[in-house]
Amino acid sequence: MPPREVVEEAERVLRLCSACMYCDGVCAVFPAIAGKATVPLADVAHIANLCHGCRGCWYACQYAPPHPFAVNVPQTLAAARRLSYADFSRPRWLAAGFGRRAWAVAAVAGGVTLLALLLVLLTVPSGILFGVHRGDGAFYRVVPWGAMTTAAGLSFLWAVGSIAASTLAFWRSIAPAVPGKIVRRALGPALVDIVTLNNLGGGGHGCNDAGERLSQERRIAHHAMVAGFALTVLSTLSAALWHHVAGVRAPYGFWSLPVLSGTAGGVLMLAGIAGLLALEVRADPAPAEPGETRLNRVFLTLLGLVAASGLAVLALRETMLMGLALTLHLGLVTGFFLVLPASKMLHAPFRAAALLRAAIDRIASPPRRSGGE
Amino acid sequence: MSDETTSRVDVLVAGGAAAGLCAAIAARRAGASVRLVEAAPAALRGGNTRHARNFRIAHDGPARYVPDGYRPEEFWADLVRVTGGDTDEPLARTLIRASATIAPWLIANGVLLQALDQGVLPYSRRTAFLFGGGKAMVNALYATARQLGVAIACGTELTALRFGDDGCEAEVAQAGTGARVIAKAVVVATGGYQADPARLRIDFGAAAERMVVRGSPYCTGRGLDLLLDAGAVPVGDPASAHIVAVDARGPRFDGGIVTRITGIPHGIVVDRTAKRLADERADTRRTHYAQWGARIAACPDQLAYLIVDQDGLRRAGPTALPPVAAPTLAELARRLELDPAALDATVRAFNAEAAGREPAVRPLTALPLAAWPLLPGLTFTHFGVAVDARMRVLLRGDRVAPRVFAAGTAMAANVLRHGYLAGLGVTLAAVTGRIAGEEAARAAA
Repeated sequence: MPPREVVEEAERVLRLCSACMYCDGVCAVFPAIAGKATVPLADVAHIANLCHGCRGCWYACQYAPPHPFAVNVPQTLAAARRLSYADFSRPRWLAAGFGRRAWAVAAVAGGVTLLALLLVLLTVPSGILFGVHRGDGAFYRVVPWGAMTTAAGLSFLWAVGSIAASTLAFWRSIAPAVPGKIVRRALGPALVDIVTLNNLGGGGHGCNDAGERLSQERRIAHHAMVAGFALTVLSTLSAALWHHVAGVRAPYGFWSLPVLSGTAGGVLMLAGIAGLLALEVRADPAPAEPGETRLNRVFLTLLGLVAASGLAVLALRETMLMGLALTLHLGLVTGFFLVLPASKMLHAPFRAAALLRAAIDRIASPPRRSGGE
Repeated sequence: MSDETTSRVDVLVAGGAAAGLCAAIAARRAGASVRLVEAAPAALRGGNTRHARNFRIAHDGPARYVPDGYRPEEFWADLVRVTGGDTDEPLARTLIRASATIAPWLIANGVLLQALDQGVLPYSRRTAFLFGGGKAMVNALYATARQLGVAIACGTELTALRFGDDGCEAEVAQAGTGARVIAKAVVVATGGYQADPARLRIDFGAAAERMVVRGSPYCTGRGLDLLLDAGAVPVGDPASAHIVAVDARGPRFDGGIVTRITGIPHGIVVDRTAKRLADERADTRRTHYAQWGARIAACPDQLAYLIVDQDGLRRAGPTALPPVAAPTLAELARRLELDPAALDATVRAFNAEAAGREPAVRPLTALPLAAWPLLPGLTFTHFGVAVDARMRVLLRGDRVAPRVFAAGTAMAANVLRHGYLAGLGVTLAAVTGRIAGEEAARAAA
């Protein structure tokens, strides 16, 4: 759908919703449009990111097709959300990654991985590549420390820089004109919403994760994935400390903090990813937006491959396959970071920004209470 | 029909909205085997409950989903006020008493109520709000009924009903294929007849021509007809209904809450000759819109227009469809196909009158102007069959049908023959459905 049509459809649907408001208890989207007959253009992007696709409003909607109003809030806002990723991604040419050329994301990640394998196969003598290495600096005998940290470090910096710039551009477009005092007061409640995935709880009884039945599956799986990701960050940071401060070089023992947190993180992440992917497959396609489904699947698959390859390094590190596993993991990590700014990753900071804006609005301009007959 | 299949069940429930679902669940929980037939296809199941939002309950003190208290006596006083006292008192008192326990019963059957700290609910001590609205309630009750083992068939209509003291024989049809059902008891919860244009033309005359039906297109009154044909005593007035102003551009059926136009006290309403119908600010209570349906129905072509200026537009609530906007009054007249000179004269007269009544009445001066075309929108009718306090259908000649029960809108006129009370529909459906289901199971035992 062309961008103008996406926004027009979002405006049509949100106008209908603000006249109805039966779903005001479902999530933060509806209080944000309460009493608003028209939603300004910038607010469409904000509201689209307040929606997290829980589908509660789809099953409750008296105007869902075959009703002539044909209201499909989750699908409409998913399209608007994808448009917001494209509109605010920096540098701007990344926008293509959220549209028709979304396959390029997977191609880049896959290409980089293949390149890494190729480079290692061509430059590392097979005796070393397929040798069994043990002890201090074993990994660096296959892939030199400098090459390893340069590839991963540069791609990581690129990802952080680009995503920060994109988030800033998005925040500038949705930031309300309120005193800093109110922003500071909103930080706490916003942080609670972000960390607890409050909105994915449906107010305690769960969301329509896969269909009409309510569940907490998506929330639990998402928590597992994020917690796993956080543990792998802890693993990387602690490894850096070990290396630079303590002067101990990898590989580390299984019971060391880097390996333990990395292992637990990888396993948790894989469990979460499996849960989320299973929901993507099982879920009723009616309220889904194919473009967003593709983004979700590509991101989850890439992150899953990164986690799985990391665990493979641990499992194979004392065998002749360590070199290949390590190269595969490094290639995947580097490729993953390279495509991260054009992936569903933007969802995390954009949604956090939208939740902050919603928390600010709750303090600065409490919504008009409406509804009931 | 020789190829007809015959099946047997303890309780047959006709109608799959709140009343029928509560009846089916109550009967099943009481041990009866239950079959439920719903005329609408699955995607549109649930009758007018789909468009409901809240329900009125008597309660002593605050709960998670309702603040303060609403004593049964207050409930009774409100009912007497809107009906002018023309209500079946024993039945009304039964309804009010049972309303006090219906919320926990619905919760126990899977219905989610909105907690007071969720969302942006207006204060309402008289009503509890359904989380996600009526369709969410319908979904929950279907899930519970199915889980309990109620046999459910959507797209299936009750087409014939014969009954005696020993049992009932019904015919149900799905996509033109009929089937015979022998039941020990039958609950008819098929709603009103407002979705039958031919009937509306008989009862409302010319006013029915462009009448919009705000609810389900499946409320055709067939169930009521079957009962009346079998000798049931009618109650209420077939030509009386709750009619409000709705956006003329909305759908013919099922517009529900969003096409209702509530901004009338913030502008002026004119007919096709650009004349005002009444003082728009004579009544600014939340229920004012109920008076406008009949006024609009009496207009030429049943068509009227609400015109507001920017000030009124800000005060009027959001509407599903954007208003017709115009930079000047003359341009607005052109877009609405009204006589510009006549509209100009009407607005001048109104503004002159408003000048003396400010700030209660504001003149229409803040351009650009906005307008909504209005039609009468029928919410529900005040007509049904008479029942006793056990929801047994009363028959002519002072007889009672011991195995046939009515619940919901089909019998609402016993209690509500005039007027409208917010949130009464779902309460009435759930309470009478529950009673009818329990009584039907007892009759079938």
